[in-house]
Amino acid sequence: MTTIETAVKNSVYPYGVKHSPEMVADLSQRANAYRINVLRMVYNRKSGHIGGAFSAAEILTALFFHQMKLDPARPDWEDRDHLIFSKGHACAMLYTVMAHRGFFPVDELMTFRGFNSRLQGHPEPQRTPGVEVPAGPLGHGIAIGAGMALAARMKSAHNKTYVILGDGEINSGVIWEGAMVAAKFGLDNLTAILDYNGVQQTGTTSKVMPTEPIVDKWLSFGWHVIEIHGHNTLQVLEALDRADEVHGKPVMIVARTTKGKGVSFMENNSYWHGSSPTDAQFAAALAELEEEVALWQN
Amino acid sequence: MAELIRSTYGEALMMRKSYGEALVALGAAREDVVALSADVSNSDFSNMFEAAYPNRFFNVGIAEPAMVDVAVGLAKNGYVPFCNTFAFLFATRALEMIRTHLCYGEANVKLAATYAGLSDSFDGPTHQETTDLAILRSLPNMTIVVPADHLAIARLLPQIAAWKGPVYFRLCRNEVPQIYTDDYLPEIGKGIIVQDGVDLTIITCGVMVARCLAAAKVLEAKGIHPRIVDMHTIKPIDRELILRCAAETGALVTVEEHNILGGLGGAVAEVAGEDCPVPVMRVGVADRFAETGPYNDLLDNYGLSMNDIVSAAEKALLRKNR
Repeated sequence: MTTIETAVKNSVYPYGVKHSPEMVADLSQRANAYRINVLRMVYNRKSGHIGGAFSAAEILTALFFHQMKLDPARPDWEDRDHLIFSKGHACAMLYTVMAHRGFFPVDELMTFRGFNSRLQGHPEPQRTPGVEVPAGPLGHGIAIGAGMALAARMKSAHNKTYVILGDGEINSGVIWEGAMVAAKFGLDNLTAILDYNGVQQTGTTSKVMPTEPIVDKWLSFGWHVIEIHGHNTLQVLEALDRADEVHGKPVMIVARTTKGKGVSFMENNSYWHGSSPTDAQFAAALAELEEEVALWQN
Repeated sequence: MAELIRSTYGEALMMRKSYGEALVALGAAREDVVALSADVSNSDFSNMFEAAYPNRFFNVGIAEPAMVDVAVGLAKNGYVPFCNTFAFLFATRALEMIRTHLCYGEANVKLAATYAGLSDSFDGPTHQETTDLAILRSLPNMTIVVPADHLAIARLLPQIAAWKGPVYFRLCRNEVPQIYTDDYLPEIGKGIIVQDGVDLTIITCGVMVARCLAAAKVLEAKGIHPRIVDMHTIKPIDRELILRCAAETGALVTVEEHNILGGLGGAVAEVAGEDCPVPVMRVGVADRFAETGPYNDLLDNYGLSMNDIVSAAEKALLRKNR
């Protein structure tokens, strides 16, 4: 453990507290530090998905340490907010954030993708405390989220449902089936966040399957759309607040992000969708990420 | 035993309507039961549930994968969702949702798969489904139930709602004879000997139970006394009963409205082959697509005629005595 990693405190900023500059800086720094955990996990196992994990760091950190009502001691708590991490391949970041939030020991992260680990290659609810549905085969999140949101509404419960989607993932047809269902039933207790990093497994989204105009697409499907810079923690926090104020429609937060964010040679490069670093690449990436964390600490 | 059987060709009732009635009764008994539709609710008769409980009914449009996924979300939050559409749409179009979230994710979702087998006879092979048992049987954690008549549906549906985990409930589109008396008390996972016999055992399910009872009469006229088993649960299969019948009667015939590959016949052959090898003859559709036409004509011409059952029984008996 480096001093930087041990310096990560796990403060929770309860839902509703003001987004102070200190809170924003703390969450931003931690999102960067979590990238180091992910790098180590994938390097250790020589397997995993770095690029899409790095692009979701600020989004997951904001949700778990501020926005979502959760109790790590009661992962199945009836009143919890729900999260479907639909881009399941990027779960190294999900596990990292959940471990620091207290769902399981941080030490366990290094078992990721190993035999007999609770941290499977893709999320699995039976093994991992706090994970609610499997993810990996892409496209399920919106429709499952719609079902959860419908259930909460029928019970007059206040649980909110969040879905994190990849941008390659929305190539899948069932995303749009789910989008129509959520709009039909006016599920304003459902918020999706599109990790719009512009790169999927074999190239840019514009080349593989053009998704623009992305905002118009979701608007035309009957969703309320908020567009933000997904690595700006303050913008993420504010968008989540604004989503709570929308009535009668599901909300899509289009978060413009960078695949491989934080490591110069990984950024915007589809190679880092599912590749693991060599020793030299690991050292170079680690140095860049540590420098970034140090910048936030000053 | 005979008191189980009302009549081989008892008064016929529309099976999907029997399902609709049973679903409404279930909705009255359990407030946590909800129904989902992929816009064929006046075909599958889930519209009866919609009329009774409009706030617990969700039509997601012609979107079977989304229907199953929405049900996953409802189940995760404590409801017992029944998805309704044609069997082939579950088994083939929505299969990945079923495999990932119902079977691997253990979501407590029930699938009411109507128009199964050849029963959507006039719509033709695009709408018929003779591969679903094989497909779904290969999935861990799946339970498969095939009711034989009106009473079987009424008795099994509440058990399906109470069963922990996903269930595929395979239903016929058409009118089927009421064969059972009130003494028929099926339990998920336990086959039922509906007629005893000593020479061989015919193991069947669903609409074919009635045909097998009729075939038994033909066999008896020839001096052959078959035992008839209603194996209404295809998975988990009742191993104990299969082995007992194999040991006691020495030959098995399976009869199912399904491809002969991988369904009830496959399950029975696997069990008998491992633990009590006896002759096993499989009656079913011979690994091909059918065609358009009247239901009974399709059954008669695609491997499920009375004669197909009788001659398979005779062949099994010959091999047993060889």
